[in-house]
Amino acid sequence: MENHQNAAAGSGSRPRPDLRALFFGFSSVGLSGFGGVLPFARRMLVEDKGWLSAEEFNTQLGLCQFLPGPNVINLAVVVGKRYGGLAGACVAPLGLLLGPFLIVLLLALAYDTWGELPRVQGLLRGIAAVGVGLLFAMAWRMATALKDKFLFLPFTALTVIAIAGLRWPLPWVMLAGLLAAGSLAYRRLGRRRD
Amino acid sequence: MLLDLFREFAILAFVAFGGATALLPEMHRVVVEQHHWLDNTTFTHLYAIAQAAPGPNVLVVTLIGWQIAGLAGAAVATLAMCLPMSVLIYLLIDRWQGFAGRRWQQAISLGVAPLAVGLVFSGATLIAQAAAFGPAAWALVVLAGGLSLRTHWHPLWLIAGGALCGASGWV
Repeated sequence: MENHQNAAAGSGSRPRPDLRALFFGFSSVGLSGFGGVLPFARRMLVEDKGWLSAEEFNTQLGLCQFLPGPNVINLAVVVGKRYGGLAGACVAPLGLLLGPFLIVLLLALAYDTWGELPRVQGLLRGIAAVGVGLLFAMAWRMATALKDKFLFLPFTALTVIAIAGLRWPLPWVMLAGLLAAGSLAYRRLGRRRD
Repeated sequence: MLLDLFREFAILAFVAFGGATALLPEMHRVVVEQHHWLDNTTFTHLYAIAQAAPGPNVLVVTLIGWQIAGLAGAAVATLAMCLPMSVLIYLLIDRWQGFAGRRWQQAISLGVAPLAVGLVFSGATLIAQAAAFGPAAWALVVLAGGLSLRTHWHPLWLIAGGALCGASGWV
């Protein structure tokens, strides 16, 4: 019930998608999203359908990014819940994942059949190399967007050493890192306010 | 086996700050080094397939599940990755929105960011290691990274270019 009130409070003339619309809206996002789905999710939600305003999208995404888990799926759950309650929260992520899931399975079948061919192995190597390049570029972009670099980049270095170098388990590294970097950020936020 | 698979990926989902991309190093550690479910080559191949497929990045776990335990494995790995957090988000989102902008919430997003950078960087180095890239592959890495930073080309074109170079046997 409260979701409906939220939606009504947001904007009077906002279109209200039903379950079908939620499913197909998110399906289109899942199927068109090559190399990152979020830009497509934004286009669908904000520009094409108007289910969220630009500001709402940023806030919701911020909340979803702040929580662990795949961001886009979290976002689908939030939007689905808002417009269709529990059913919507099931239908929206299902729509997002079903098509790509089936495609990936087909590719897996193809890999089982042709994966041994040298040409296919070369092709996958080429894609992996580009993928690694894109990951380095992404890390670079994320690093340049960091605030207070001189304070926080050491945590990046420590994470790389612990994860890539020492191969420590991620949950413990994240817990320790989050406690250390988070409390530092907490203190800085306090100082700025004074 | 399926239970192990579910448990491992469900744990992963709860530390997936920064999305599925940030999870690559841990997936590699659990799947290749700890359980020996896959070898290095297969792991890189699956990563490449997921790169080339449409849909959320998280679907690399579908491929890993498929290789380990067939259709059931694919379904279990995907569910384990998506379901627990989705349920939690469904239950908590209204309360969570009330916390928006609080100092501790800002502190966590600020604190997580540098760790996420480290995870993405680690993922890139580990995949390069697992694939045992030679000089030609590293040249492709540098080229793709540079083009991604300097141009606004869609990543799909770079991936297609990489596939072409690879299929012609240059990499």
